[in-house]
Amino acid sequence: MKACVIVFPASNCDRDMKVALEQSIGSPVDMVWHRDTELSGYDLVAIPGGFSYGDYLRCGAMAARSPIMAEVVKHAERGGHVLGVCNGFQILCESGLLPGVLMRNANLKFICKDVALKVERADTPFTNGYSQGQIITYPVAHHDGNYFADDETLKRIEGEGQVALRYVKNPNGSRNDIAGVFNAKGNVLGMMPHPERLVDPLQGGIDGKPLFDALVKHLAA
Amino acid sequence: MSNITPEIVKEHGFTEEEYRMVLDIMGREPNMTELGIFSVMWSEHCSYKSSKKWLKTLPTKAPWVICGPGENAGIIDIGDNDAVIFKMESHNHPSYIEPYQGAATGVGGIMRDVFTMGARPIANLNALRFGSPEHAKTRHLVHGVVEGIGGYGNCMGVPTVGGECEFDPSYDGNILVNAMCVGLAQADNIFYCAAAGVGNPVVYVGSKTGRDGIHGATMASAEFTEDSEEKRPTVQVGDPFTEKLLLEACLELMATDAIVAIQDMGAAGLTSSSFEMASKGGTGIDMQLDAVPQREPNMTPYEMMLSESQERMLMVLKPGKEEMAKAIFEKWELDFAIIGTITDTGRMRLFHKGEMVADLPIDPLAAASPEYDRPWVPTPKRAALDPATVDAPLSITAALETLVGSHNGCSKRWIWEQYDHMVMADTTAKGRPGGDAAMVRIHGKKKALAMTSDVTPRYVFADPVEGGKQAVAEAYRNITATGATPMAITDNMNFGNPQRPEIMGQFVGACEGMSAACLALDFPVISGNVSLYNETNGAGILPTPTIGGVGLIQDVDQAVGMAFRAAGEAVVLIGETKGHLGSSQYLQETLDRKDGPPPPVDLAAERRNGDFVRAQILSGAVTACHDLSDGGLGVGVAEMAMASGIGAKIEDLSGALPLHAWIFGEDQARYLVTTRDAEALLAAAAAAGVPAQKIGETGGADLIIGAGETISVAALKSAHEEWMPEYMAHPDFEE
Repeated sequence: MKACVIVFPASNCDRDMKVALEQSIGSPVDMVWHRDTELSGYDLVAIPGGFSYGDYLRCGAMAARSPIMAEVVKHAERGGHVLGVCNGFQILCESGLLPGVLMRNANLKFICKDVALKVERADTPFTNGYSQGQIITYPVAHHDGNYFADDETLKRIEGEGQVALRYVKNPNGSRNDIAGVFNAKGNVLGMMPHPERLVDPLQGGIDGKPLFDALVKHLAA
Repeated sequence: MSNITPEIVKEHGFTEEEYRMVLDIMGREPNMTELGIFSVMWSEHCSYKSSKKWLKTLPTKAPWVICGPGENAGIIDIGDNDAVIFKMESHNHPSYIEPYQGAATGVGGIMRDVFTMGARPIANLNALRFGSPEHAKTRHLVHGVVEGIGGYGNCMGVPTVGGECEFDPSYDGNILVNAMCVGLAQADNIFYCAAAGVGNPVVYVGSKTGRDGIHGATMASAEFTEDSEEKRPTVQVGDPFTEKLLLEACLELMATDAIVAIQDMGAAGLTSSSFEMASKGGTGIDMQLDAVPQREPNMTPYEMMLSESQERMLMVLKPGKEEMAKAIFEKWELDFAIIGTITDTGRMRLFHKGEMVADLPIDPLAAASPEYDRPWVPTPKRAALDPATVDAPLSITAALETLVGSHNGCSKRWIWEQYDHMVMADTTAKGRPGGDAAMVRIHGKKKALAMTSDVTPRYVFADPVEGGKQAVAEAYRNITATGATPMAITDNMNFGNPQRPEIMGQFVGACEGMSAACLALDFPVISGNVSLYNETNGAGILPTPTIGGVGLIQDVDQAVGMAFRAAGEAVVLIGETKGHLGSSQYLQETLDRKDGPPPPVDLAAERRNGDFVRAQILSGAVTACHDLSDGGLGVGVAEMAMASGIGAKIEDLSGALPLHAWIFGEDQARYLVTTRDAEALLAAAAAAGVPAQKIGETGGADLIIGAGETISVAALKSAHEEWMPEYMAHPDFEE
């Protein structure tokens, strides 16, 4: 399978995402610059964490209008898989690929710590390395991870099974404890927690690894 | 007619003698631009005029030191063509005036010092000291400083992995914000600032120059008075987004063969960077100020030369590389301007609107700045404190709960959870904040760095020599306790007004103690920073020589943490316990006393015990290890228990000492370790001549001390974790 990581100005988890993907894929992952206008031949496009454009406007709002994002949207429309983590999740929401928006954390502070997550769907190419209802640990590291969607949207995504992960103990005020959501088709996943930071026992655990392994297994098949 | 009145001379911080030196060097009266340049170059902050004489006495050499003090940062060799570049620097004065921006730009500045030499920053630490928790400004300052550090470091994507935070009334009017950055470079691709090559272009990159921060270096070289808050316009504003781009652009250019010399624009901005480059290279520079990218219209040469706008760099490029370099900076959407040329005149000539507006000799300004041998008096020695005269607590475990829950002994989780300490994905689980030393793996390799920042200001105040030794020794122990070998330190010397002989005496004493410890422990100083005049209305801070230490472990899998690993393991105390309670945390927190000398530091014992503990960790004989410092054995064992949730039963082996002196004494050169085979460890210790005794066993959910004093680990932990969030959530405080 072929995967790439999109790099925006001040993306800063781009290398971490590349390392985690390469560990599961076993071959090099491309880095794609945000001004590029070509995005073909990839099975998976990853949008990494960071502070694209300094988060000086609403998080992800500027990056969502980068030239490459039009290609990411096309890739998703073609049925290609997209994974957005942290700032990547914010960018996917701002670009309209995912429902909802990420607001400032309820406590108004940056939060960096391990959190427990409940796997809501274990029957997707992203999450079938876990079991339904499994409690896993990923770290969070964000200032704006407070997931918000209006009542109607919330009802819809809950009803359609678009909630991927839920916080066991809500750290940031997210509605319905939502930590990660799918698009309606299920080929785009965005989440605030960082699976790429727990893929090696030395980092304190490997709970993030099954996500990458499952994706690779599905996309390489 | 003279434009330079005595008032102007005074406003620029010159003494009469110094101004006579200026006239002597110039051979004429300087104009305002020239006077401003002299003023910042000769400020205490840039010239180290009061401290130079003593800094020179610090040991700076070891076979693994590639570059010692004098460059942007120091460099050590860790093998395999890997070099580690690090430094700590203060941003005390600006952080008091405007805490968010002051702290943020401190972090930005220290990262530039490191990446200007060719390193990618891989870890940040910070040592913070605030006034009394009861002081009206403290919450506001803590809040702003922590948010500023996080705001900058988090955006840069560099993990903030460690540091310290203490409160003391002596910092009420002068907080300390010491930021440390550790970077990784290729040993064969390091960049220095010495300009070379007559005719080579001098290039400005990064942010535009504005009117911010003018005379920041001069501000940082004077005492505060009540009207200091009016100095707010001299504090710079940070832009971490631009710095992240500048980092990536610089590293991209550094991977090519285009740069002759590079220097960041920190304190005193364009002035100090250009003079530094020319002075180190023995060249001159002709600079066209019209070409400097400017944020505001009508800036004068004086303003441009003295601005401390952030996120800027000055470079000398090889001829013909301009276009290639420009393309890289344009890709990262940064300004790139050729603003000058290297000359062989030995002079700095500034041109503006077709006129030469300054013509200054380089060396007399940069290299021959004033140097003072300030009068000093040694700090009087304190009488010994007999532990038998120190009141016992009603309950040992209650006192322990007080210590781990006090504002200085409590967990600083509230702070470090606001810092991204995991980005770059190389922070090890055991090396996350809260332990002895932070640990970050060298990307893609087996080896890792252990990093710490340490000083016990109350010890330095009580006895600068022993306190100086202790600061270095504690950094050594914190690194050793992970299994890593201490390699080198950076020092951040924070003191009061050096024109007072007793303050200068503290500085001299601390240098003496540090030197002795650095020599004995093979732990040289490779970089540092001095911050003097930390006084408000004549009241100085506790002398605070913050030590940032870096160590190396070859196989990160061999590292240990401080958390108990399992129940049923022996707890072994390494080192000699004499029950030293002078200047201890027990004395201060439970008896409200600050008397007595600090614990003496036996450097030979530090070395011997440290080498022994490290060898035992690397051999796999030790499952967890913790350095003993504030609060002694009691706090040490409590911290190991709290980090794991596993309790322990500790025997009363106080012998002839009062139990509270044995439990809370702060004797140095000690560690607590756990092991599955106490007999073998004790035999090895005996063979190495290292004092060691088994004092207990891990297990259960309680900490039991002596004949039956019991406290649950959960109760300790809740006391430990409560203070900081409760303090910051005070209802009278609005963020």
